[in-house]
Amino acid sequence: MNFLGSFLTPQGVATAAFFMVVGMTIVGALIAVAARNIFHNVLGLVLALIGVAGLFLYLNSPFVALMEILIYVGAICIAICFAIMLSEPMYLPRPPRKLTKILGAAAGAGLIFVFLFLLTKKTTWVPAAQRSTDWSVTTIGHYLLTNYALIFEVVSLLLLVAMLGAIVIARGGRGSS
Amino acid sequence: MLVFNHLETYLYLALVLFAIGLYGVLARRSLIAILISVELILNAASINFMAFNRFLAPHPAVGQVITLFIMAVAAAEAAIALSIIVAVYRKLKSINIEHATELRG
Repeated sequence: MNFLGSFLTPQGVATAAFFMVVGMTIVGALIAVAARNIFHNVLGLVLALIGVAGLFLYLNSPFVALMEILIYVGAICIAICFAIMLSEPMYLPRPPRKLTKILGAAAGAGLIFVFLFLLTKKTTWVPAAQRSTDWSVTTIGHYLLTNYALIFEVVSLLLLVAMLGAIVIARGGRGSS
Repeated sequence: MLVFNHLETYLYLALVLFAIGLYGVLARRSLIAILISVELILNAASINFMAFNRFLAPHPAVGQVITLFIMAVAAAEAAIALSIIVAVYRKLKSINIEHATELRG
């Protein structure tokens, strides 16, 4: 009863939801790299990205969480689905992967994981002396159009160039040009 | 102190996500699977930016702005990468990176 009582407080419910979001992120990421079927990989990526959006909610940023779902889940994952449909058929048999290469990749990723883990563990993080408490979307918009206006414009140019480049590359010699 | 009010929780989570993505980039051979893994790595970077923004930064909007820029660059990267994948498939009839060896000396 005591355990149940401590779980049913708002903090307990928030903690349980946090662990659910963390589990979604990690399980989705594992599906995204480990499943053999490429379509299951995309679905795992969707699960992981929704989990990351939940983490952004816990980090006080609902706007960025919505943008995460809109851009990643809504645009990038759908584009990947189209690329799957336009490329290799999924019913073709895939040759089995070599175990040595798998182990080599796991060892490389594991080494970097241990290095960064120790680095994170040894560092003491110092917050800024004076912290503003302004989290609002208005402030984000203000920053985008004043301090970061140049980067904003460069990113819009980058998106335009990427769009044109994608069209030119994917046309691939068809047409009269 | 609640577990989701610690900076280290988010840093370790982003680290796990980064390691999983790195393993995917190294181990998978399909170009689309590699692109999916790269998206995981970019998301790990976004989580780090947002966590530092939440717990350390003097202005809590700056990290959100940078995360939005990461998303825009990831969208551009995905568009280019997917068009390259379609072009490679049209040329080689395969998206396995081990078949793309035309530049081998």
